[in-house]
Amino acid sequence: MEKFTVHTGRAVPLRYSNVDTDQIIPAVYLKRVSRSGFEDGLFAAWRANDPDFVLNRPEYAGGTVLIAGPDFGTGSSREHAVWALQDYGFKAVLASRFADIFRGNSLKGGLLTVILPQEVIERLWAAVEADPATEVTVDLVAREVRAPGVTEPFELDDYTRWRLMEGLDDIGLTLRHTDEIAAFEERRKPWLPVTQ
Amino acid sequence: MARTMAEKVWEEHVVRRAEGEPDLLYIDLHLVHEVTSPQAFEGLRLAGRPVRRPDLTIATEDHNVPTENILLPIADPVSRTQIETLRKNASDFGVRLHPMGDIDQGIVHVVGPQLGLTQPGMTIVCGDSHTSTHGAFGALAFGIGTSQVEHVLATQTLPMTPFKTMAVTVNGTLKPGVTSKDIILAVIAKIGTGGGQGYVIEYRGEAIRSLSMEARMTVCNMSIEAGARAGMIAPDETTFDYIKGRPHAPTGADWDAAVAHWKSLRSDPDAVFDAEVVLDADELSPFVTWGTNPGQGVPLDAAVPAPEDFADPNERAAAEKALAYMGLEAGTPMRDVRIDTVFLGSCTNGRIEDLRAAAEIIKGRKVAEGVRMLVVPGSMRVKEQAAQEGLAEVFTAAGAEWREAGCSMCLGMNPDQLKPGERSASTSNRNFEGRQGKGGRTHLVSPLVAAATAVRGTLSSPADL
Repeated sequence: MEKFTVHTGRAVPLRYSNVDTDQIIPAVYLKRVSRSGFEDGLFAAWRANDPDFVLNRPEYAGGTVLIAGPDFGTGSSREHAVWALQDYGFKAVLASRFADIFRGNSLKGGLLTVILPQEVIERLWAAVEADPATEVTVDLVAREVRAPGVTEPFELDDYTRWRLMEGLDDIGLTLRHTDEIAAFEERRKPWLPVTQ
Repeated sequence: MARTMAEKVWEEHVVRRAEGEPDLLYIDLHLVHEVTSPQAFEGLRLAGRPVRRPDLTIATEDHNVPTENILLPIADPVSRTQIETLRKNASDFGVRLHPMGDIDQGIVHVVGPQLGLTQPGMTIVCGDSHTSTHGAFGALAFGIGTSQVEHVLATQTLPMTPFKTMAVTVNGTLKPGVTSKDIILAVIAKIGTGGGQGYVIEYRGEAIRSLSMEARMTVCNMSIEAGARAGMIAPDETTFDYIKGRPHAPTGADWDAAVAHWKSLRSDPDAVFDAEVVLDADELSPFVTWGTNPGQGVPLDAAVPAPEDFADPNERAAAEKALAYMGLEAGTPMRDVRIDTVFLGSCTNGRIEDLRAAAEIIKGRKVAEGVRMLVVPGSMRVKEQAAQEGLAEVFTAAGAEWREAGCSMCLGMNPDQLKPGERSASTSNRNFEGRQGKGGRTHLVSPLVAAATAVRGTLSSPADL
């Protein structure tokens, strides 16, 4: 996993609430068995059918910070939603609320999801819409989002922050505790089912 | 200290706890399907890691599978590759798999309980958000992403930070024609699609206690649509009766020990929840959605709302967008909404009781002219049982299509899809834009409403027949 410390880039304002995972990447794009190339599925229906959709507007091309409405990522557990955003070039998503599974997936995979008050999201939308060249900085080290006229702290637990800053994968970390897992297995209830 | 059921089950599964780190939780059962697992198995292969506990893992084919001609090769080459990849991965890593054509194949959340693998007090995960279904047994069950699928395959554990707890109490008695689907749709409309974020919901109260095991699964299934990763119901005699005698249920002295333990899992009487919601079952009536998220629902007796009805600017904008997508006008009575397709199935409402309830309504009647009704059993066992009970015949005599088991039109990964502009009454769980096919419009309903709607051609309840 790529390390995340500080990222500065142009932003894309997505003024929709409840953007579900079927919008982020429709199910038809989930049939692949590889881990790359999911950018073509990102917001596929909106990109195909709505010429005014924000990602179809040239002034927002190359944006790396997505600023979305509340309850972003509701719906399915598909991590493909995170992969599609990353493969398209996004490094961070800012919103006032995220769905739990999407948020968990994003922080596992190194896409930084930042929770900010809706009022700050509104100010960022206004700034970026007034000047699409506006750069937004997402600073994980200082736990702060900065843009012209906006300096806003955000919360993220120390452990997740450390893991993202070091680019560490969870499996490697857990496998250091194999002895404890084996000891736990000795204590499990004898009637628990096995599949084989 | 008094604890909730979710807290008890959590505590029993902590492998390791360290200051400043998430708890490492042991996972008792890992359910696997073809869509969210290929990259996880590939990750294991690249790292040279085995599956730690293939004996706590089980796989089935459900999301992609066609529901017709299942013994022929899958026509869509991409779907076929994904199914073949699961078969190779299961074989290479020693995981039990129920492929198409197998009597134990079906939707992963129907198969687990049916085999008796789902039991109270367990931790259960799957790369699918509707894993919350298994919480109906008093298990802590939640959906995970592919990175976590790989993590569980490699370690049989997950690092997790504790959930908050929410009690949803449903008092009173459901009126005839009102089902557990209507309860959960009403809960979601009340608390919103984000209301349960960060919580495990425990459903309790008289109306929940009186539900059958399968009806309880419908409630817990849609916890995720309220934003909660997991929903639970305390195990009781209904739970024990359902599990007893199933292939993987404990037997003999193990059974007695298990039941004694399961009874101890109930939330302590003085346990404190972080949030509480109360509903009165007597006030509920059949519920339907009008919009493009599951929180956009109203009683069938109501009319399509207007964007101005919503005070919150985000909700108002969402309503405007939803009405445009759904092709609906504010003020139209829901009963006047004409339907092209009725879908009866999915992990929400594809079990035998759902098929029985719908069959009872449709028996001796006909699917309305111009309406297509698709009946897709949740598993091959459900299909077989329905055939034995004569339900298959009831559906086909009415003019419905009787299919093989799978996720089917719930998410349209197989050929069962809506065409652009088509409108469905669907017993599934999500009415998102394009969910059932590009441009398709979905109204979420109970099996009873689905059956009545098929007969009348407009959104209807059995009382309208």
